[in-house]
Amino acid sequence: MTTAYAPTAGLPMRSWQAAARANAGGVYIIWYRDVLRYWRDRVRLISSLGQPLLFLVVFGSGLTASLGAGLTKELGDVSYVRFLFPGIVAMAVLFTAIFSAISIVWDREFGFLREVLVAPISRAAVVLGKALGGSTVAMFQGAILLILAPILGVSLNPLLVLELLGLMFLTAFALTSMGILIAARLQSMEAFQMIMNFLIMPMFFLSGAFFPLRGLPAWMSVVTRLDPVAYGVDPMRRLLLGADLAPGIKIASHHLGTVEDGLILAAFAAVMMVLAVWAFEAQE
Amino acid sequence: MSSIEAIDLVKSFGRLTAVDHVSFQVEDGEVFGFLGPNGAGKTTTINVLCTLMRPTAGRARVAGYDVASQRNAVRQSIGLVFQDPSLDDQLTAYENLQFHAHVYNVPGRQRAQRIEEVLHVVGLWDRRGAVVRTFSGGMKRRLEIARGILHHPRVLFLDEPTLGLDPQTREHVWEYILEVQRAHHITIFMTTHYMDEAEHCDRIAIIDQGKIVALDTPDALKRMVGVDIVTVQTEDSEQAAREIQERYGLEPQRDDTRLRLEVEAGAEFIPRLVRELGVAIRSVDLHRPTLDDVFLKLTGRAIREGEADPLALMRLHGRLWRGGRR
Repeated sequence: MTTAYAPTAGLPMRSWQAAARANAGGVYIIWYRDVLRYWRDRVRLISSLGQPLLFLVVFGSGLTASLGAGLTKELGDVSYVRFLFPGIVAMAVLFTAIFSAISIVWDREFGFLREVLVAPISRAAVVLGKALGGSTVAMFQGAILLILAPILGVSLNPLLVLELLGLMFLTAFALTSMGILIAARLQSMEAFQMIMNFLIMPMFFLSGAFFPLRGLPAWMSVVTRLDPVAYGVDPMRRLLLGADLAPGIKIASHHLGTVEDGLILAAFAAVMMVLAVWAFEAQE
Repeated sequence: MSSIEAIDLVKSFGRLTAVDHVSFQVEDGEVFGFLGPNGAGKTTTINVLCTLMRPTAGRARVAGYDVASQRNAVRQSIGLVFQDPSLDDQLTAYENLQFHAHVYNVPGRQRAQRIEEVLHVVGLWDRRGAVVRTFSGGMKRRLEIARGILHHPRVLFLDEPTLGLDPQTREHVWEYILEVQRAHHITIFMTTHYMDEAEHCDRIAIIDQGKIVALDTPDALKRMVGVDIVTVQTEDSEQAAREIQERYGLEPQRDDTRLRLEVEAGAEFIPRLVRELGVAIRSVDLHRPTLDDVFLKLTGRAIREGEADPLALMRLHGRLWRGGRR
């Protein structure tokens, strides 16, 4: 019944195919672990829905009540709560993605990261597995919020949901990759609080989630164009509420379309991935 | 063929040289121990051998692969049990092993069977579905040993495998380690600062301040010290030491308020000493040489002196902290 104990005698990685298979196994199990932990942690699943709902209901209703007239002028007959909705979906994606990536810091603190780093798989496989895991979880978290769409009078159809899922995944992938790059260098959870205050929150506020990115002061419109989250919010709003409300981020008098937004997110993700792999390799 | 071969290995951090031109060989199937106080360079040596750190100078081969240039091959050939736990305590025992099987490329057909085998070896099969958070320290360590051999490594590295465990659990963990070693003929490289654990080794390298000061079998090392160790405590150590040196031609070693003497036949020597010594004797002790005596002879210090008691350190920090604020 026992398997023969066969210490790896010859070259363990005989060919690039074998190495690729080993790395694929690594990517899969790192992804699987993140999804499994997310699924098992119901408290986190439910509590992380609380914040977006709070923003939507309290913030949305409150602002509508006090600034109703001005908002109507800007948004036409779309209520502010509806305007806010795509931004809140993006917010759920942003925070879940960042928290998934930052779990690397916990793994470092509790020692599990070493189990991963001494494994015979490449750093690229580790980063890719982690990025895919975080993106899957973040996409799922955003997708749950789509349940609210009918209540807000936003109609969905299967194709639209599919497009939204793709967009959420891409946004999440870009942000998780960025989070992994940060986590690779972060030595403590205390430092994470800094990152949260000076990077993640500004990214959220400047993404166009709360207000249209039009007619802003010059400095601000420059910064919003550098914010990767903006390239997720705008196409999501276009898909959910139509092109009138989200005509596309303007760069040199050209309004970006959904495909272009996607390409920008993908390019950002690629750069972050390369830097993250490099950061992990440089650590030794 | 040797499983581990280190030639003039050096690892420094800035000015500090943690591993200082260390050379040794470990044969296939051997249980090889690194014995020394904390901070002697034991863990750093393991980190270099298992590719977690790059050597500053020198070369090392593990399972025939170079630790600097063939890192993935080395990683595939070794199992590791770290000093600190490295399990995911939100996953079950089984899931932790599943994770390991995937990242170490254990073929899909064999995964379930191997996981079952190693869980039986360490006696955790019944607890396979329990989340690791609920495990005791000893159970976690056993699970890590199981994980360390899951991918059938040629060399198993154990860095202080029983640190922080109570004596009874330590004994159990050792039974499992030796069981694994016998069953699979794995080479074991371990570090420890417990003398009794070092006795399990076929050969021991005694390491102090980054250098190997002696390397041999436990018995041969103990023979270096002499036959018997007599420890005397007297009213006046100075006077007693002088007298003993003159009368018996021995070289007494000071250890706190006691004198250590290495003598051929301790049982016969003690009555003579009591009768003839001009200084009043408070206590006399006779024991066979231990590895601690070997360390003391080679370095002039006891291993336990180098050991920092974490609680005492915490109390000290607490005092300093409060003192500084006042």
